[in-house]
Amino acid sequence: MGDKVFICRCEDITLEEIEQAIDEGYTTIEELKCRLRLGMGPCQGRGCLLLAKRVLSKKTGKTYSEIKMPTTRPPLIPVSLGVLASDKKNKK
Amino acid sequence: MTRKTKNDDFPHKADVVIVGGGINGCALAYQLAKRHVDVVLCEKKYLCYGATGRCGAGIRQQWSTRENTELAIRSVKMFEKLEKELKMDIGLRQGGYLIIIHDKKEMRQAEKNVAMQKSLGLNVSILDVDEIQDIVPILDTKGINAIGASFCPTDGHADPFKTTHAYAYAAAQHGAKLYKFTEILGIKKKNNLIDHVVTTRGNIKTNTVINAAGAWSKKIAEMVGVKLPNMPFRKEILVTERIKPLFKAMVISFKDGIYFSQQDEGQILGGIPIPEEKPGYITTPTFTFLHHMAKTLTHYAPSLRHVKVIRQWTGYYDVTPDARPILGETKGIKGFIQCNGFSGHGFMLSPMVTKILSDYIIDGKTPPILEKLNLSRFDDKKIKREISVVG
Repeated sequence: MGDKVFICRCEDITLEEIEQAIDEGYTTIEELKCRLRLGMGPCQGRGCLLLAKRVLSKKTGKTYSEIKMPTTRPPLIPVSLGVLASDKKNKK
Repeated sequence: MTRKTKNDDFPHKADVVIVGGGINGCALAYQLAKRHVDVVLCEKKYLCYGATGRCGAGIRQQWSTRENTELAIRSVKMFEKLEKELKMDIGLRQGGYLIIIHDKKEMRQAEKNVAMQKSLGLNVSILDVDEIQDIVPILDTKGINAIGASFCPTDGHADPFKTTHAYAYAAAQHGAKLYKFTEILGIKKKNNLIDHVVTTRGNIKTNTVINAAGAWSKKIAEMVGVKLPNMPFRKEILVTERIKPLFKAMVISFKDGIYFSQQDEGQILGGIPIPEEKPGYITTPTFTFLHHMAKTLTHYAPSLRHVKVIRQWTGYYDVTPDARPILGETKGIKGFIQCNGFSGHGFMLSPMVTKILSDYIIDGKTPPILEKLNLSRFDDKKIKREISVVG
């Protein structure tokens, strides 16, 4: 078994990579998204952003609540192109 | 790479101040710093916050105007060498751009464009329907009434985040000072010369300011009383989950306005304009787009209907009346340099544009292209519009 700690499981991003990016000067969640694709997989950051927030807080000395979450992008859950393309209205 | 300094370390003077930390700002910082210019870059948010970090990442050389084609061809040559020059991965992949031709009128325009592009040395050709199918097998060429397509194999895409990072990192290595979360509040003149800029961290004395603020360039120009004709247009884009590699080319259609490609990681990414588009600083994503894009995309490639959309977002095109960038010094205000108005194509043109501008700033070189794309062209009534625009 390896000793890598994964923070973002969709995009395979490790704790080490996040810490390195913070050292490079990427000190907000939005910037970590840009640099590493953190939280950009199918779960849209549900699994990793709060963990990343904790890492950022530890490394930068900012309090946990000071660190802003990125903009939430629609759709909230993955939806197929076929469903989105449909013209049918849901009649009750 | 951006400076983590306290305000008392903030520089009081610089040879050049760059406004905007997108691809063009960072590439300018690199080009100038490499040649020992003392340069400070100020970005209101963080690197890639604006159009660079929201764009479709495409690199295209197939244009209807000579200037854009020339800039794009020379930019691609630079993109091809960039990883070596900056010593960092930029995610370049040259899978070509396939521009669908739907009718005879489009065919005539395509033939005209291809002839002009070939005269500039570009490897581009018009394909028949069977050849289209070989390049993008999932396309329903019958359904979309494709009668042909123009194709340039050296078009493609690069990763905007990686490319900007590579430029910014190399710029900092050469001594450029990059400040994020630093907003320009004013630009002050003395006798029609730039004297200093006022920022949220303090004043910087300088005689040269480059306006590379994308959709906010208009506001920056207003600070010195310059009126830019640029308008911000909200553009929308979506991305799907990762799927197995299906095609390498970017597919676009001027008739439908759609563009889409498959990224290296496997996602399908693309956009299309919505009918009720109007200018302004609007950022909300719309369901109209989601529906329209999904409908058009599954019309182009029906087999994608089971693929799931995971995210949609918006960004701005900084649109000029002729859909071409505004480059170079501003008439009447020495030292105020424009690098904006890219109208949706700032990423792909950035390597060459920033090289030309830095050569102008350092050596005073004014190639014809810089004259043609100067802000003063809008003083004339007749403008030559770039018509090969999507998204």
